[in-house]
Amino acid sequence: MSLLQIAEPGLSTAPHQHRNAIGIDLGTTNSLVATVRSGSATVLPDENGNALLPSVVRYLDESGSVEVGHAAQHEQSRDPGNTIVSVKRMMGRGLADIDEVGTQPYRFVDAPGMAQLVTRAGIKSPVEISSEILKKLKHRAELSMTGDIAGAVITVPAYFDDAQRQATKDAAQLAGLSVLRLLNEPTAAAIAYGLDNAAEGIYVVYDLGGGTFDVSVLRLSRGVFEVLSTSGDSALGGDDFDHRIYCWALEQAGLSSLSPSDSRLLLTCARKAKETLSEDLETRLTALLSDGQAVDLVLTQAEFRAITQQLVTKTLLPVKKALRDADIGVEQVNGIVMVGGATRMPPIQQAVADYFGQLPLNNLDPDKVVALGAAIQANKLAGNKQDDDWLLLDVTPLSLGIETMGGLTEKIIPRNSTIPIARAQEFTTFKDGQTAMSIHVLQGERELVSDCRSLAHFVLRGIPPMVAGAARIRITFQVDADGLLSVSAREQTSGVAASIEVKPSYGLSDQDISRMLTDSMSHVRDDIEARKLREAQVGAESLLEATRGAMRADGDLLEDHEHTAIEQAITATIDAVSSQNTRAINEAVNRLNQITEPFAGRRMDRNVQRALKGQNIGEL
Amino acid sequence: MSADFKQNHFDLFGLPRRFRLDAAALDHAWRTIAAEVHPDRHAQGGEADKRVALMMTTRVNEAYRTLKSPVSRARYLLSLAGVDTQEETNTSMPVDFLMEQIEWREAIEDASASRDTAGLEKLGAELHQETVALQNELAAALDDNNDLDRAAVLVRKCRFMEKLGQEIDDAVEDALS
Repeated sequence: MSLLQIAEPGLSTAPHQHRNAIGIDLGTTNSLVATVRSGSATVLPDENGNALLPSVVRYLDESGSVEVGHAAQHEQSRDPGNTIVSVKRMMGRGLADIDEVGTQPYRFVDAPGMAQLVTRAGIKSPVEISSEILKKLKHRAELSMTGDIAGAVITVPAYFDDAQRQATKDAAQLAGLSVLRLLNEPTAAAIAYGLDNAAEGIYVVYDLGGGTFDVSVLRLSRGVFEVLSTSGDSALGGDDFDHRIYCWALEQAGLSSLSPSDSRLLLTCARKAKETLSEDLETRLTALLSDGQAVDLVLTQAEFRAITQQLVTKTLLPVKKALRDADIGVEQVNGIVMVGGATRMPPIQQAVADYFGQLPLNNLDPDKVVALGAAIQANKLAGNKQDDDWLLLDVTPLSLGIETMGGLTEKIIPRNSTIPIARAQEFTTFKDGQTAMSIHVLQGERELVSDCRSLAHFVLRGIPPMVAGAARIRITFQVDADGLLSVSAREQTSGVAASIEVKPSYGLSDQDISRMLTDSMSHVRDDIEARKLREAQVGAESLLEATRGAMRADGDLLEDHEHTAIEQAITATIDAVSSQNTRAINEAVNRLNQITEPFAGRRMDRNVQRALKGQNIGEL
Repeated sequence: MSADFKQNHFDLFGLPRRFRLDAAALDHAWRTIAAEVHPDRHAQGGEADKRVALMMTTRVNEAYRTLKSPVSRARYLLSLAGVDTQEETNTSMPVDFLMEQIEWREAIEDASASRDTAGLEKLGAELHQETVALQNELAAALDDNNDLDRAAVLVRKCRFMEKLGQEIDDAVEDALS
């Protein structure tokens, strides 16, 4: 008779409890939230059954109360200055980067690296505005599940640079979401498509969203999704097609500059026209302007095709580049997955079919596929049991480099490197006794610093004073699985780890975020403390369970004294958990992590050896 | 594979330490290891697990990149044997090679100026052939004759060719846009 295992009181008894994880598609035009339920991914609708949440945020009054979604969208023509549409196009972007600033009805303020908007609730950063969308989606998810949300996977365009990604992560933090991973949109779509169709081979994901365009080339093989290359244009999307129609309408109707609300009204008409032309051969644009003038025009599909031809051709450039980078010919492509509502446009479908010589794949809803893929990955990363065993190998889209003499860049990490990746570069001092050094990190493909995107300036201090040229400073650049950069440095001859102060070239400092968090908090202080304690306890329990499991499976890898040390750390952690003291718990958890790190390395080695042997046996 | 990172890339993947490489075997070994150590596999582990996963995956990705490209593989083999290819410092190349480089450059510039995409692609194909020939010589130097000095010269030549290739790519992109 086997003994029933009875756990210590106060600790979790269910080893594989389902953790609530969500996937969020934070889109330029529409956003969605999805989760995996009973083994399949599903998009969560609002109370009216709408899956899509328009990415529109309206500030109602000075205190900052907001309306997000359909209600806000409805008011955009009446209140254009305070109804923010397509905020994604402004994330991580300075004023100079934002196209067509003149035709937008917003008042911008230029701030270091990221433009801000003037609203009736004060100056708002795109990060804050995006967090309102995320909050709404979080709330929607919470209503449909019991228990806390353990984490979220948030998608970003594959071609988003470091500043844009960091801004997205900051927005999630502000919304109170724990980010499991920033996932590239085409990759998310590939996961949803690939798992749904058990696809194998080379696939191209053509993702035309409201404001961004991404192309990714992937190899799907035996459950491994390997991104071979990615390219795109982070300022090209369905919105630009709307804009063409808008300009055409202005010309046809003989109008020049419009007021902000008329501008917004006509753009909305243009968008509707574009959507209608995906089904009908012609459509009518009608609008009544504020000065009484009426706009009444007929736009045919043929005319639409003509005025947007250049945009369609523009999308093919990143396609060609991605194929070249992947060293794949058009004939080797097994399928093209179309993602994003804008791919419904007939000229786009035609251009893709012509270029690849095969019809594109449209069997998954192009609006939902990204959110579904994100939910599938969230489910995996949260630790829920999987039916399929699959792995995602993604890449960094842009080369990372540093500024060298004469305003030139030197590439350190080339684009399309599989992430996570790290590269080290050695530097030396210029003057005798030099103790500090400034490094400028950039992202982009061009040779000139001025043509690349500035990421950050690092100042290294604490270099031991030496003769010029004697110091050997090894700087390691690391791009993590989210595509974000971190830097560390070490002076080799003395072994001194130089301290690094990072000045991000864009946006928000830690203080900005803290301030925004405090501003937006509607909880009472006690609630925050209680939540922190609960999170620490759950985290500790999870770690204890994992450590015990590891000891059971691979305890033979440890010496006796190491066993003892780990057992002591385990006991200390159990005590800390029952002490109800958050700080004590965190300290005990840190100690346990520290002490088990070598053990983690040995376990991983063993698993790798097993896997390689298994592979070799498989070949026999 | 060992967590102390002292293993060389070839041992890491269980491949023979030589220039001629079975690309499929490399891919397979990389994916097998990546499947074990990737951070996504350890997202719910403790901080220790996550840290080790990140370090190992980074190491494996770097090793893969180094071995996948013939030039970096050759450079790496030479570094294992203690030979520095001196690509940054040694600019002396045989005169005939330098003359050829000038001719290549001129051909690329001409084609680029007239936006002759077809011409550029043709140059790219020719360059590819020459590069393959150089790689065959590298294989002989490294695997058959253990002539490390010759191999270092060949690596420097390949580097020149890589730069030409980059120029052709950039020119094609400019011509297409």
